[in-house]
Amino acid sequence: MVTLTINGKQVTVLEGTSIMNAAKQVHINIPHLCYLEGLEPEYHCRVCGVEIEGEPRLAPSCVRQVSEGMKVQTNSARVRRARRMIVELLLADHYTDCPTCERNQTCELLKLAFELGVKEIRFEGEKPHYELDETSPAIIRDPNKCVLCGRCVRVCHDVQTVSVIGFVNRGLETMVSTFMENGLGNVECTNCGQCIHVCPVGAIKEKSAVDEVWAALADLEKHVVVQEAPVMRASLGEELGLPAGTLVAGKMHAALRRLGFDTVFETNFSADLTIMEEASELVKRVKEGGVLPQITSCCPGWITFMEHFYPDLIPNVSTCKSPQQMFGALSKTYYAEKAGIDPARIVSVSIMPCTAKKFETQRPEMADSGFQDVDYVLTTRELARMIKEAGIDFASLPDEPAEELMGLYSGAATIFGITGGVMEAALRTAYKLVTGKELEKIDIEPVRGLDGIKTATLNVDGLEVEVAVAHGLGNARKVLDEVRAGKSPYHFIEIMACPGGCAGGGGQPIGFDMALRGIRGQTLYAEDRQLPYRRSHDNPSIKKVYEDYLKEPLGEKSHHLLHTKYTKREVV
Amino acid sequence: MEKILTKNVGKPNSQDIEVYLGGGGYKALEKALGMKPKDVIAEVKKSKLVGRGGAAFPTGLKWEFTRRESAEPKFIACNADEGEPGTFKDRVILLNDPHLLLEALIIGGYAIGASKGFIYIRGEYYREIETVEKAVEQARTKGYLGDNILGSGFSFDVQLYKGAGAYVCGEETALLESMEGNRGCPDCRPPFPAESGFLGKPTAVNNVETLCNIPAIMINGGEWYSRIGSPDSPGPKLYCLSGHVNKPGVYELPMGITLRELIENHGEGVKGEFKAALPGGVSSCLLANLDVKLDYKSVARAGSMLGSGAVIVINEDTSIIDVAKNTMEFFARESCGKCSVCREGTRRAREILTRFANGGGKAKELDLMLELGEVMYDTACCGLGQAAMNTTASAIRLFREEFEQKVRK
Ligand SMILES: Cc1cc2nc3c(=O)[nH]c(=O)nc-3n(C[C@H](O)[C@H](O)[C@H](O)COP(=O)(O)O)c2cc1C
Ligand code: SF4
Ligand code: SF4
Ligand code: SF4
Repeated sequence: MVTLTINGKQVTVLEGTSIMNAAKQVHINIPHLCYLEGLEPEYHCRVCGVEIEGEPRLAPSCVRQVSEGMKVQTNSARVRRARRMIVELLLADHYTDCPTCERNQTCELLKLAFELGVKEIRFEGEKPHYELDETSPAIIRDPNKCVLCGRCVRVCHDVQTVSVIGFVNRGLETMVSTFMENGLGNVECTNCGQCIHVCPVGAIKEKSAVDEVWAALADLEKHVVVQEAPVMRASLGEELGLPAGTLVAGKMHAALRRLGFDTVFETNFSADLTIMEEASELVKRVKEGGVLPQITSCCPGWITFMEHFYPDLIPNVSTCKSPQQMFGALSKTYYAEKAGIDPARIVSVSIMPCTAKKFETQRPEMADSGFQDVDYVLTTRELARMIKEAGIDFASLPDEPAEELMGLYSGAATIFGITGGVMEAALRTAYKLVTGKELEKIDIEPVRGLDGIKTATLNVDGLEVEVAVAHGLGNARKVLDEVRAGKSPYHFIEIMACPGGCAGGGGQPIGFDMALRGIRGQTLYAEDRQLPYRRSHDNPSIKKVYEDYLKEPLGEKSHHLLHTKYTKREVV
Repeated sequence: MEKILTKNVGKPNSQDIEVYLGGGGYKALEKALGMKPKDVIAEVKKSKLVGRGGAAFPTGLKWEFTRRESAEPKFIACNADEGEPGTFKDRVILLNDPHLLLEALIIGGYAIGASKGFIYIRGEYYREIETVEKAVEQARTKGYLGDNILGSGFSFDVQLYKGAGAYVCGEETALLESMEGNRGCPDCRPPFPAESGFLGKPTAVNNVETLCNIPAIMINGGEWYSRIGSPDSPGPKLYCLSGHVNKPGVYELPMGITLRELIENHGEGVKGEFKAALPGGVSSCLLANLDVKLDYKSVARAGSMLGSGAVIVINEDTSIIDVAKNTMEFFARESCGKCSVCREGTRRAREILTRFANGGGKAKELDLMLELGEVMYDTACCGLGQAAMNTTASAIRLFREEFEQKVRK
């Protein structure tokens, strides 16, 4: 233990603690811009400097470790002067179109400037004039707003191990860019969107589809169908000012109807469908000696990552489309038929916590209905803004159900939104498929929680089924390297690109706070417990879609509409 | 004074090992290998030698810190990046006496317990690189590099790295990043390279000139060396004299001669009227006083720093604003771009100085630049940003009227 004084207050902390974290223990927040909990500190912004008695210069409190007897001042005139001037310099370089910036409600630079009392920008001169990077169908980067904090670089490199963005050039030409400045759309970006969450300013955002969706809603010729991802019920409220984790499934359906969507369904329905197909596939692989472990395929961030970095594992990956794409294909076939609507008139919209889904809808193979299966993807943030724009008082809306045909869902589907959920849902159904009996202990605790890699063993009729769950691509790599080396003990692996799973998707309310992601997950588990059906195979709408249309899991129609194949992609 | 660093310069084929051996070369290595490493370090400490790369850190202490670390392996890296404008001293040794450097580097490796040494040479130094490469080959052939050197049981080899044109890669932590194949950006210290350097292992980084003092210290003893020149920071110094002098060049002189002596006795006087000088290159503050002694302490007391000893003389015909602007163009281009304060500070200072140069300055921008200089000193991560405003700030302090004349009316 080390004892030091911070602003005259004594504090004793573990050796190796940073000054910034030690200060928290005496209730002092040291302002910062590039430091972010969960990422390695790099001290680019120089905002967190503090005065240490006996040292000639300010020290970076995010990286400087405490030492015995150290005397720290976090709020001296010298410290305040330095912080202010640094923020002033950043603003002088910044493309300050705050009123129209996506992030003006969540901008850390704006907040810092206000809190530090920056009242004037005394430096005048050139502003940046870079081109936007709009090469990706999912993510737009605006280097003009970048403060070069390096958080996106760190999350991409350290957490996701994708490493497609980095610093290029030097001096005042320094910028964050991709290999050869090719643009995000032309490198190995997985579109997971974690960079959006860590960016303190408006330099990275999703490619918006709001205007296109407004246009479709206004077009009387069009019939607009909407699906909402499992985790939306646990995060949309948060983006609209309700406490984190408020369950808003009913209000969400009501809001979507008021926005003018013609038919409100649920991605949860197709999540149940995914389970029917994927659990059947697993049972088939186990019984017939197919390639194992089977790896889930519902996360398009992970799929792109796999196609670039682990194409040799294509045979391991389930051929099931993601729930979003299963829904899309059925919305223009099954639903069109049932409702007697010309599929050419149907516009299929999905509300997703995810930026990678924007990429997924544009894959050429995602058109098995004869049309692009899903037309537009809106993120949590985009839908919330539409609701605000329409002046809908979300908190006061009544709870309304989705329409039954493709809107009824089980608790197994709801938990798709948090890491481990797909695994748990699949095991509930796979058990039934193999044994003919229902799994009694339906809550599979070992695959819950926020540990990076979780494992469990389930006895299924004498066979010990070994499973693993990884979230965040850095964790995924560890599990995948075992598979690649032929040393994987597992039968079934769930992988989600985003830390926390879809609860932490790139389209969610801004923030890299794992605890918050966990709270969203708790909401999903709570809904699971209170739903009338908790197993995908019990969902009456699922039984109906097989009876009336698909016939059987892995059947011919399923094969055509619900399954897909993968492509090896280059790594530069 | 008898030449120590440049004693072989001018001899025909001075870069050849035979010529070097003929002048008593590699005798210091032989002697050092007969001593205990800690006694080698003790001798260096006794000499009071401090680093000539800019920071003037005691070399003996640096070696001791590196030796004391328990992590293995250890490395010694010679900084031959020589990128500071007005600095051109290390190349004299690299070109004319590469074996002096190699001998010193091997002794350093022995002292700290490293079996691998590196020389990081400025990429544009094509001839120097070739010369050092040849010298390394010769030393290997003669058994001064390789396994079991001179039967001592000590093994050591040297590897060359070439810089790619970034000034900041001369900063020791950026240099190590660059050697590792990373972006050349300085790291936060602590930890210092002595604790965590190349590949995270203890590494002593020493300037070329610094190292080249070692063989003489081994032969004659630290005591002897400490009596040369200024008692505070003793030894010979390679002064790089440039700017408005009649005879610019590299001069080996005892530490602590005055600026006047250097310019008048060796540089054959100022071209025109003396206005000011930068004693330590573009990172240092201007001196207007010719009687300052050019050793680390005296220059610091006079409000500047000796740095690597790049003395740039400026005459009365020169606009001090142009001088400041020139330095700022350099720093704005060469900042690694990592620290907000350095990247943005140097670019804004460059813009302000350009406006002043064109007669479009604002009066309040003078104090703004002084404040910026203080904040950059306080918060920038490495010496580049910390010192980038020195020339400008001292220009404002010494020649404020000149700036005021350029304020937009
Ligand atoms: C921006 C910058 C550039 C530097 N360039 C050099 C250089 O070219 N050569 C050098 O020896 N030291 C240079 N240094 C100093 C090194 O960081 C380091 O202090 C030195 O190599 C240590 O060796 P010494 O103790 O022998 O001086 C530079 C420092 C800074 C901040
Ligand atoms: S894009 Fe955002 S996160 Fe990335 S360096 Fe710039 S400001 Fe930081
Ligand atoms: S984890 Fe979920 S939100 Fe993240 S990329 Fe995958 S599907 Fe999208
Ligand atoms: S002070 Fe300048 S050169 Fe040094 S690390 Fe910071 S940005 Fe790079």
